[in-house]
Amino acid sequence: MTIRWAKIFVFFACLAPLARLAWKGFHGLLGANPIEVITHSTGDWTLILLLVTLSITPLRKLTGQLWLIRFRRMVGLFAFFYASLHFTTYIWLDKFFDVHAMLKDIAERRFITVGLTAFVLLIPLAATSTAGWIRRLGGRRWNLLHQLIYVSAICGVIHYWWLVKADIRKPLQYAAVLALLLAYRVFVWTAKSMKPSSHLPIAPQLQYTSRSRAETNLPE
Amino acid sequence: MLIKKSSDIPSSEITPRRLYLNRRNFLTAAAAAGAAAIAGSRLLNFAAPAPVRANAQIPGIQKSKFSTSEPITPFKDVSNYNNYYEFSTDKYEPAALAKDFKTRPWTLEITGLVKKKQKLDVDSILKFAPPEERIYRHRCVEGWSIVVPWIGFPLSVLINKVDPLPKARFVEFVSLYDPSRMPGQRVSVLQWPYVEGLRMDEAMHPLTLLCFGMYGEVLPNQDGAPLRVVVPWKYGFKSAKTIVKVNFTDKQPLNSWNVAAPNEYGFYSNVNPNVDHPRWSQATERRLGEFHKRPTLMFNGYADQVASLYSGMDLKKYF
Repeated sequence: MTIRWAKIFVFFACLAPLARLAWKGFHGLLGANPIEVITHSTGDWTLILLLVTLSITPLRKLTGQLWLIRFRRMVGLFAFFYASLHFTTYIWLDKFFDVHAMLKDIAERRFITVGLTAFVLLIPLAATSTAGWIRRLGGRRWNLLHQLIYVSAICGVIHYWWLVKADIRKPLQYAAVLALLLAYRVFVWTAKSMKPSSHLPIAPQLQYTSRSRAETNLPE
Repeated sequence: MLIKKSSDIPSSEITPRRLYLNRRNFLTAAAAAGAAAIAGSRLLNFAAPAPVRANAQIPGIQKSKFSTSEPITPFKDVSNYNNYYEFSTDKYEPAALAKDFKTRPWTLEITGLVKKKQKLDVDSILKFAPPEERIYRHRCVEGWSIVVPWIGFPLSVLINKVDPLPKARFVEFVSLYDPSRMPGQRVSVLQWPYVEGLRMDEAMHPLTLLCFGMYGEVLPNQDGAPLRVVVPWKYGFKSAKTIVKVNFTDKQPLNSWNVAAPNEYGFYSNVNPNVDHPRWSQATERRLGEFHKRPTLMFNGYADQVASLYSGMDLKKYF
């Protein structure tokens, strides 16, 4: 029951950045260049929520609070949600659905190429986020597929890095957090390869009912 | 900050061996703290427009035949959306950060290849010619544009007053370097002081303005007060703000953005829809206040006046 309330809270917390944008937009408070603000804000929140998603497993191990895993899918889907909004502002408000201009961008602008890669890689993850898909793919293959989030997050940070003109401090913040989160994985994997242990490198998705857990036969 | 060392570590503060050994915990905690800090700073950054103090009106402003009749961008946008790295790399911050910037006393140093090197007081410069209003298109290299009623007089007035030597082929503009008053200069995102330059014929062109006002009033600090240059057919960064020195030289000056990224920002930096920035297209621009993008014009729409300056030059090479 507490988890359910916490989930409702996290759900609305993840919507807060969008609500704030909408509120400011409605009241004309998005400044001189609102479309730029919307583009940057949705991009920022995509990266933040991706990093939060990647923090859940390490945090769970650190604190021993196993229930944290129950929030991972929701936060990950919200990262995809903001990425979709970010992508939409690009194809609509920047390119106005001009396919030729978009293809030229994708081919010629490396920050667009890498940004689009980051977004496209998230699509299969969002599509297979349900318990049904974990069952269909099997835990091991599902886990393997979902390691794409590492590639996506790296591409996302590079996208931001290549976009800025001279001040790399903000992309550097994301890069630093991502580097720590990836370092944690590398640490765990090396430790595991040196001393074989019983548990999987990545915590399996535990966010389904006991029935489906029994069916998919995933270790806790 | 001085961190005092305690002479003795109480046993309660000694890290238990179990935690000490658990290095991955440290990584996680650091990452989580970092992520939380980023999220918090993005949420709290409300970017409220700073209250803009009304500046003094400039008397006796004359109209100019060089003004465009296009709709003027609202004052609040031009005074709250500023690429002014001396104060901040965030365009919404210079308005507040420059609020108390002192623009008097102010001297402009004239150096290099001139008959007489001198220091001019800004108030004496303002008396060199009657103020003119020039409503110009202003196109940023980032792909946005504004229409601004600048106030100033042709830069050629100043240049003629100070008598450059015939071998002077370029003019270099040096902006103020004072990190105590310009917090953005405490970070080396660009080479400080900001330096820009023009070829002599560009500097002498009647469109090139020595600017000290806009919208009928004294130039707001965040727009480059007390004295700046406005070159309407070039990308905005060529129009140096807060200038303290004008240096005449026979060598093409380095300009700050060119130094920062030579493959992206050239010396000429003429607005040109056919020469893209390596990372984005320059074919279109978003005029602030407009929803749809509009095509960018050659030389920002001033081709009739300035194209002859570049005849025979490969503008892809001299971008």
